[in-house]
Amino acid sequence: MAVRCQFEGSNEVGVFSKLTNAYCLAGIGASANFYSIFEDQLSETIPVVYASIAGCRIVGSMVTGNRHGLLVPNTTTDTELQHLRDHLPDKVKVQRIEERLSALGNVVVCNDYVALVHPDIDRETEEIIHDTLQVEVFRHTIANNVLVGSYAVLSNQGGLLHPATPTQEQDELSMLLQVPLVAGTVNRGSNALAAGLLVNDWAAFCGMDTTATELNVIESIFKITDAPQATASTTMRKALIDSMT
Amino acid sequence: MEYMNPQEPVLGVILCCDCGAQIQPNPTNRCIACVRARNDISEGILKQHTLYFCRGCERYLDPPATWVPAALESKDLLKLCLKKMKGLNKVRLVDAGFVWTEPHSKRIKVKLVVQKEIQAGAVLQQDFIVEYIIVGQMCDDCHRVEAKDYWRAVVQVRQKADHKRTFYYLEQLIMKHNAHGKALGIKPLHEGLDFYFSNEQGARHLVDFFNSVVPCRWTHSKKLISHDIHSNSYNYKFTFSVDIVPICKDSVVCLPKNLAHQLGGIGQICVVQRITNHISVIDPSTAQFAEISSSVYWRSPFNSLCSARSLTEFVVMDVNDADIRHFTGQGQISHKHQVAEVWVQRSSELGTNTMIFCRTHLGHLLAPGDTVMGFDLRMSNINDTNIDKMNEDTLPDVVLVKKVYADKATRSARRRWKLKHLALNDDTGSQNRDYTDFLEDLEEDPQYRTNINIYRDEVKMATAAALGNDETAELPQVSLEEMLEDLNIDEAMGAVEGDVIMK
Repeated sequence: MAVRCQFEGSNEVGVFSKLTNAYCLAGIGASANFYSIFEDQLSETIPVVYASIAGCRIVGSMVTGNRHGLLVPNTTTDTELQHLRDHLPDKVKVQRIEERLSALGNVVVCNDYVALVHPDIDRETEEIIHDTLQVEVFRHTIANNVLVGSYAVLSNQGGLLHPATPTQEQDELSMLLQVPLVAGTVNRGSNALAAGLLVNDWAAFCGMDTTATELNVIESIFKITDAPQATASTTMRKALIDSMT
Repeated sequence: MEYMNPQEPVLGVILCCDCGAQIQPNPTNRCIACVRARNDISEGILKQHTLYFCRGCERYLDPPATWVPAALESKDLLKLCLKKMKGLNKVRLVDAGFVWTEPHSKRIKVKLVVQKEIQAGAVLQQDFIVEYIIVGQMCDDCHRVEAKDYWRAVVQVRQKADHKRTFYYLEQLIMKHNAHGKALGIKPLHEGLDFYFSNEQGARHLVDFFNSVVPCRWTHSKKLISHDIHSNSYNYKFTFSVDIVPICKDSVVCLPKNLAHQLGGIGQICVVQRITNHISVIDPSTAQFAEISSSVYWRSPFNSLCSARSLTEFVVMDVNDADIRHFTGQGQISHKHQVAEVWVQRSSELGTNTMIFCRTHLGHLLAPGDTVMGFDLRMSNINDTNIDKMNEDTLPDVVLVKKVYADKATRSARRRWKLKHLALNDDTGSQNRDYTDFLEDLEEDPQYRTNINIYRDEVKMATAAALGNDETAELPQVSLEEMLEDLNIDEAMGAVEGDVIMK
């Protein structure tokens, strides 16, 4: 079941936090409300960690990561880096990278196997991403937007793309990423998907404005259900795979 | 080598974020129905307005105070309706038009199509109907008509003379300068005219005009109609009373002694030559002339001894040029006139032996046998203070005023010009003797007619051409160059000219 939440009145929850299959980072808010939502949903399985990057709360936009690792920009201070290393599981490699496009969350989107990156990113960075996150890296755009991290959300189950993505591009990406994809919106028609939506293989969090229709799309493509594999989603998956082949 | 045709990207289908309908992606990511349900761009625009309509003159109020005529479903009315609408500046108006309503329903419906950007990149177009309720309200003009209160100011022009030729002259001047343009109405009254105006300004203009063209004086009075103590505003009716000097052309006057002295020792018994913005008088015994302005006249006023109407007819028996006695300090002497000593006899006493001797300034015109009009001082009962003070021995027996050229019928037949008139229901036909006198004055005096517009009389021109010219008699006439072509907009005339062009 996807959860609606807000960070201090803002629906852009993806900006202030980062969720992967191995850990969850949450920005430091004035109250613990935001943090406690994650804790409530996730603390049984993965650590939920307060984090800041270069003293800012916009953790979700600044970092990228998956089950294997976490990449932080070079503006991250040593104490922050140490704090992350202390609290994340040992398997997760935390790496600081020298990259001009320092808002890594906006330029990289990845799951545990594959990543799409901004076309202008450094070759070195690309290699680091490949090594640290153990993913295949593709330079790509989404609906003519270079900020792939902002306009796409990806998990191992599926992915949500910018609403204006042409069908052909969706098919192409779906082939590349080997997951079913769908175009959609969050926060009552907003295009900024990564800002409004946090997702891993079993949980999803979205902004408070998100409508039931949008939730429905999110839950079905990311297969977030309380019951094990509802019949509707299996049939849908079948249809999607049919269309892919 | 084959080229790949670049394919238009096919946009995918997304679900409307509100209702879940399948739609093409757009900037709002909603279906049209949901966008319309959430956004009403006509929100700030009132859907009902009131239009004020005057039933008397069928005009609409254009606030604050203008009333404009507009037909139903006309461009003017639409302009008025749109002007009335508030909040249109926040949207872009694409189209506006009337929706038909029953003419008697007192409702006007205007259909508007407006556009507005509701979100970056998303422009919404919407059409809606605005209803106007027509409410009757009497406009100021109609209100005043109902209250029988048309005018604010009146100019009363009066001349206490028994001859109307000064008024005919004044009428021509008014016509030429269009001085009556602002008048609401003109009303002929005994001894004068009334001009009505909607404001005091127009009346003052007319009074100034009169002051500049005829010798006159004026007084001003006002009557309080109503006033508002709260706003300190007063509603007056103004009356300007203009009094024109009671002297006409061809009158014989007796000047007061001191005035005659001031005017260069002119004789007291004078003939009025013409009335323009001053009075021109000439002494018949010396041909000395003087011009008396209205201020000088009102300082020492005098009356006419006789009017042009009470002149008697004389026949000239003998004419001899006379010498003029000059003295120092004498005023100007007219060189256009020739002083003569004349023996005349009354036309009625022709054949008897009663010849009268007199001096006249008309010596250059007279020959034995001519007919002249003159004033017989011996035979008339004069009631004038100035003449009473004069030495009886110095009084002339007869004062000759003007030469008679031909009888009125002949002169009227010869006249190939006409004048225009204010529509006053006043008789200006050949039967009106004052009017024919005025026309003859114009023919005899070129200086007199320089200030007025004379028009060609096409009918008389045509008949004169048909009859052939008989210009043998030397009659004073208006030359063709002085006449104006009258502007004649007539359908029949237009048709005839059209035919000529066709041929």
